[in-house]
Formats: sequence, structure tokens, C-alpha cells
Amino acid sequence: MGLVMGTFSMQSNKQDRAYRKDKIDDDFEMSIVCHRPEGLDKLEAHTNFSKRELQVLYRGFKNECPSGVVNEDTFKQIYAQFFPHGDASTYAHYLFNAFDSEHSGSIKFEDFVTALSILLRGSVREKLQWTFNLYDINKDGYINKEEMTDIVRAIYDMMGKYTYPALKTDTPKQHVDAFFRKMDKNRDGVVTLDEFLLSCQEDENIMRSLQLFQNVM
Amino acid sequence: MAAGVATWLPFARAAAVGWLPLAQKTMPKPPVDKKSRSDEILFVNVSGLRFQTWKNTLDRYPDTLLGSSEKEFFYNEETQEYFFDRDPEMFRHILNFFRTGKLHYPRHECIQAFEEELAFYGIIPEIIGDCCMEEYRDRKKENQERLAEDTEAENAGDAPLPPGATLRERLWRAFENPHTSTMALVFYYVTGFFIAVSVIANVVETVPCRPVKGSIKDLPCGEKFSVAFFCMDTACVLIFSFEYLMRLYAAPSRCDFARSVMSVIDVVAILPFYIGLVMPENEEVSGAFVTLRVFRVFRIFKFSRHSQGLRILGCTLQSCASELGFLLFSLTMAVIIFATVMFYAEKGTSGTNFTSIPASFWYTIVTMTTLGYGDMVPDSIAGKIFGSICSLSGVLVIALPVPVIVSNFSRIYHQNQRADKMRAQQKVRQARIRMAKKGATNAYLQHKEDGGLQDNDSGSTALCVKNRSAFEHQHHHLLHCLEKTTNHEFTDEVTYSEMCMTDSVGLRTSRSTSLSSQQGSTTSCCSRRAKRRAIRLANSTVSVSRGSVQELDTLHVTKMTAGTQYPQRRSSLNARTEDLKLNCDDYTAAIISIPTPPANTPDESLPNSPAIPGILRNSRSNTYNTQESVKVSYL
Repeated sequence: MGLVMGTFSMQSNKQDRAYRKDKIDDDFEMSIVCHRPEGLDKLEAHTNFSKRELQVLYRGFKNECPSGVVNEDTFKQIYAQFFPHGDASTYAHYLFNAFDSEHSGSIKFEDFVTALSILLRGSVREKLQWTFNLYDINKDGYINKEEMTDIVRAIYDMMGKYTYPALKTDTPKQHVDAFFRKMDKNRDGVVTLDEFLLSCQEDENIMRSLQLFQNVM
Repeated sequence: MAAGVATWLPFARAAAVGWLPLAQKTMPKPPVDKKSRSDEILFVNVSGLRFQTWKNTLDRYPDTLLGSSEKEFFYNEETQEYFFDRDPEMFRHILNFFRTGKLHYPRHECIQAFEEELAFYGIIPEIIGDCCMEEYRDRKKENQERLAEDTEAENAGDAPLPPGATLRERLWRAFENPHTSTMALVFYYVTGFFIAVSVIANVVETVPCRPVKGSIKDLPCGEKFSVAFFCMDTACVLIFSFEYLMRLYAAPSRCDFARSVMSVIDVVAILPFYIGLVMPENEEVSGAFVTLRVFRVFRIFKFSRHSQGLRILGCTLQSCASELGFLLFSLTMAVIIFATVMFYAEKGTSGTNFTSIPASFWYTIVTMTTLGYGDMVPDSIAGKIFGSICSLSGVLVIALPVPVIVSNFSRIYHQNQRADKMRAQQKVRQARIRMAKKGATNAYLQHKEDGGLQDNDSGSTALCVKNRSAFEHQHHHLLHCLEKTTNHEFTDEVTYSEMCMTDSVGLRTSRSTSLSSQQGSTTSCCSRRAKRRAIRLANSTVSVSRGSVQELDTLHVTKMTAGTQYPQRRSSLNARTEDLKLNCDDYTAAIISIPTPPANTPDESLPNSPAIPGILRNSRSNTYNTQESVKVSYL
């Protein structure tokens, strides 16, 4: 009796160990992958940051990600720490895709710094273009209602459950409708880049807010 | 906030640009960063050992001593460095925590010293990395146990009783700790002696003695010297009864004592004697009477009061009951299987002992435990084959688990203790981390409460706002931007559930009530944003007369003591009207609770405004205690 039980348990143990070994090997391999960014001079030329600023940025980045790349899970974790009230993972996913311009599945320091350079030091047109790129989930050049609803819902998820006034189920939808009413000039159900740029430049609020984020770095 | 989040904050704030086209309100102004952003190297001198690090590194954990402005207290102007008069070896680990985000526990250090250092630098031990957590826990537990033993040994027994102790307490103490007084010790040894005497008497009275003159048969001594044995038995039982009654009298809780194992043993030990006294001397019951005498052997268990080892054994068996049970169960399974097989194998043999399966049980057990009495043996070939298989498997089934179980005793016992403690500690650990996280969310709500989100720099709020670090400013600004984008605000759980209650009662007025004098002025043009304030009124019931909406009979308001996030304010309703600042950006809203549910009367006379949760009847007003919430509402 004990024999039978014993052999069964030994069998499962062995399988577990084999699985664990593979996993450990995988992890070992992954951690060896290291990415070094291109030189400081080149980065300075490509972005709007000074050398000192790039140094500070890189030190922080390297501390967090010694391997030199951020993968999506880490990114989601980091972003979630800023929004403890709600669930930031969906929006972080969209952000990640917006940052990861080459769709490689990980953000390198160059991507990080390029995006920051646009957002903080770029021209109005560049910023709006970046935002359009963020909203356009499938990167086809058009924002349709579904994409916008996804984005808006993701933003509302970050608010969490406990808000004032309480979130209703159609709040995101209303928000999206309002957005489309403003942005979609020719009422064809999609917003193109030109419509987006035009509508944003007409809106004073947006223009004013865009100036606010100059001094973040 | 956890590791290195400060590094990513600029990035998260930059990403907020993505909200701008969606925002329904204008974004608030970002906090002005007065300090220059260039990074500098700080010098930290810990008892002569000089460390250097970037300022940014220390700023990553703003809620520690080194990350906050508290370190300014240790700044030495002459040498331009921060001087700490603490252990430099330990500081290395602390600084590594800032650098890498992981706290390691140095194994060669004393656990107390380490914890003291952590407490000094404002780091909670719960964030020790998983690599060192096990070791840390073990050492800590060891330390605590040692301390507990020491204090227990101090307190146990030897401390003198308080002077006003009653006879009962003294008696109980004497029983529980015989070393305290000589009387108790004497009693202890006397009872021990009598237990031994009683047990030996029970044993000896069955030994055959030389027969009486004129008889051939050997008599057991009990019958030969029946009077003597009876006297000895009586004496022992009298002493045991006396002891039991004394213990029962002295016990602080008689029910608990009566239910305890030792008292049950005592009762079982003395009961047969009394039953024997009461029972008549007729034939049919004397058989039962004899069996009752068996219970006298339970007196030997009374020794467990005298022996620590027996008690520990009992405890151990209790704790390993499940393992023993499993062993028994598997043995039973094996016995049944083999007994069945042997029965059917030997069925054909004539004159066999294996008359039934239960009869075969005896053979199986004797064979499996390798006893082999030989009173039952298989004759047929099949029977012999299965019999040998039975004995071989018996060796394995019994011999293998027994050492495993024996070692499992100690391992599982200790492990269970550790696992339970770890589970309890894990809950505490998670709770603390959750609380720290909550602290972050509450910090923002508190920040809002303090009016830190005003766009105009009013002087009154400048003071309380200044105490926040740059990181907090920026983080709060980020959250504020999100609020503006979605046009909803962050609140906490309590508030939210209150609001749900409001909804469920179904009282919505397009205008909430307002205090009579307040009506026109507070409902001015400014944007409506509700803030909650805890208000403690001077009296618990205040009558308020309202404007055109309703009459309030009484107003029950109590203080909310739920969290520390709300400033405590005390004012009467009348004084409150002056307190109200008619700032465009600052207005308060709260919900008044009234005893009678008002009819739904939207106020037509007042202009349009967004729906605000109105009055609701707070039925809990009578049962308020510390955790109640407050609501006073007006606009």
C-alpha cells in the first residue's frame, strides 16, 4: 500500500523538478540579455535633452531595469504604483504599445527617452501626433469609436471604484460620444490625424494644458 | 511608495499628455519645482565611515529618514555632510536598500540591533527581500521565544502572591506549583506515594499467594488478605477524593477544571470504589463490578501531574493524531485485503483455522507485524504464497512509515507551529503593506482635504502644503489631472458606501438643503465640487430650520473617527456659517441626516444645478459608537 503511494508521489516529484529546471534555465537565459543604449552624444542629438538630463534619466532607468529593457509586466507594475486606487493595467498596456514604437515587446532606453523628449520638449504638433498614436490602438491611421471606448474605459478603470460622483456604466460611452462630437468633423465615424490636430488646435483648454507639462523634467 | 517609483514619475506625468484631448476640464497647474534638477552627490558620515551617494538615490524612498527632510537635522554645516552616530556596518545594508530597492538581513548581526537600526532609519522590516526573510523570521522567533521563556521563568510560581490572596487562590497555587511552599511539597509527595501504593496494591492482589491451611488451590493475595487490601484501597481512595474535592474548590473556574483531562482521570480513578460500595453483593452484578476494578488502573495516569515528560508525550500524540490515524487506516486497508485473500485461499482446506474473514484478521496482523505466533498457519499452497507476500509487505508497510512518522512527529509539529505563525505574520505583513499603500491613496485624499488643490496660491494653505516633498506634489498633481480628465473624483471606501446608501434610499433633490442664511451666497457661480468634512457639533442634536425645502426636527451628527484623514473640526452649526469660506474653489458639502424621511421636494425656486445627494434618513443615529460617519450637507 505504502509502496504504491510512494511510487506515485515520487513520480510527480520528478515531473515537478524537471519543469522547474526548465523554468530556471529560461529565467537564467532571460537575465543575461542585456541592452546597451547608443552613445550619449547620439542620444543628445536625437532628443531635446541635455547630457546631464540624459545621465540622470539613464541612472534611474538602469537602476530599475539592470538589463536595460522594460517588458510589459514590469511596466504595468510600475505604472500601477502611481494609481493605487484603481486598476491601471489596461491603460498601461496601451501606453506600452505607444512607447514601444518598434513593437518589439520591450521598451529600451532609446524608446523611453525619445517618447519623453516628444512629450516634454516637443512641439505641439508632435505631442498631438503622439497622442493620436496612443489612441489609435491598431495603428491604422484612424481612431474609431471602439478604440476610443477602450481607451476611455481604461482611463476610468484607473479611477477605481470609489469616486465621487459614482461611476455609472455608460459614463465612458458618454465621454466618447462627447469626444467624437468635438473631433469628428465630417461625421464619418472615425477621426483622422488631420481632424484630430485641427480640433485640438481649436480647443483653447487643450492648448493651454499642453504648455503645462513643459517643466516636468 | 515602493522601489524606485520616483524615477518613473516624470515618465508617468509625461504620459498624462495622452489624457489632454479627452479632458472635460482644464488641467490644474503643475507644482513649481523650485530646486534645480541637477543631481548632486551627498556625503553621509556614519561614525567615521564616509559614504557617498546621489541625492536621487536617497529620494527614492521619501518616507524614510534619509529620504525625507528629517535628515536635515543631522546635517553638519562645517563638514558639509550628514553625520549619524550609528553603527557603520549596519548602515551599509541600509544604504544598499536605497540603491537596489531590496533590503537584506545580515546573518551575523544580532536581530535586535538590526531592528533598532531599521526603526531609526524609518524602514519597516516587512520589506526584507524573500532571500533573507526566512532567516530573519527564524531568528526573530527564536529571540522572542527565548525572551518569553525568560519572562515566564521569572513570573512562574516563584513570584510571591499578592498579599490579599484568598484561601482559594493560595490553595490553587499550592496545587499548581508545589515548589512554592513546604506544605504543598509535602502534599505533592504524599499523593505521589499513595498513587504508587495504590497501583502496586492493584498489581500485587492478583499474584497467587500460598494457600490457606487446609486448601490446595493457590489463592490470589487479594482474596487471602482481602481485609488488608480493602483497607489500603479505602485509604488511597479517601486521599484521592479529598485531593479532588480540594482542587475542585480551589479552581478559579470550576467548569473548566471539571472538564479538564486530569480531573476526568481523577474521577475515573475513584469512581469504581464508590460504585462498588453502593452496589449490592449479588451474583449478576458482581461480574460488572469486577470489570469496574479494571478502571482502577487509570490511577497510573495521575502520575502525569508529577511528570512533565508524560504531559509532553500526551501533547505530541495529540498533535500527530492525523499521522497516526493515517497509519492506522492504511494498515487496516492492508489487513482487510490480505485477510480476505487468505480466507478465500484457505477456504478449501479442511479443518482450517481461517473460519471467517474476521478470524483471518488475527493471522494477518500477527504476520504483518512479524510476530508469527503460529496458532494459525495456512496449509494450501496458495495460502502459503499469499501468506509470504503478506509477511513481506508487512515488513514494508510497518517498518517504513514508522521511522518516517517518528521523525515527522518533531518535524511536522515544529513546522506547524512555524507555519501557523508565518501565516499569521503573513497576514499582518500584507496588512501593513496594504496600509502603507492605503497611506499613499489617503495621502492624496488628505491633500485634497487640506485644500492643496487650489489653483490660486492662498496664503492659508501654503503652510500645510509646503511640508510635502516634491515627489508628493507631482504625484498629487498627476492624480488631480486624472480627476479632471474623467470629471470624477477620488474618494475612499467609507464615503462611497455612504453615497450608495444615499442612492438606495432614493432621495435625490436637485437642490440639497441649505441652511437658511446660506442659500444665496454659497450657491454662487463657482464649479461644484463636493468635499467631505467631519464636523463635530457641540451638541449631538441641533435643530435646524431650513429654507423652502423642509423642516428638520432634529439633527443627529456624530464625529467620524474612522480614519486619520479628516481634520477634526468642532463647531456649532451657527458658528459654522461664518466658518464657511465663500471661496469659489472651496466649498463643502456633506449630507445631513434627519430622523424623518422627507418627501421628495425638488426646489424649483433655485436655479439649475447638478444633482447632489440630498438628505437621507440616517437610521443608525441611535447606535453610534466610535466608527460612525458624519454627514451634514448643505450647499
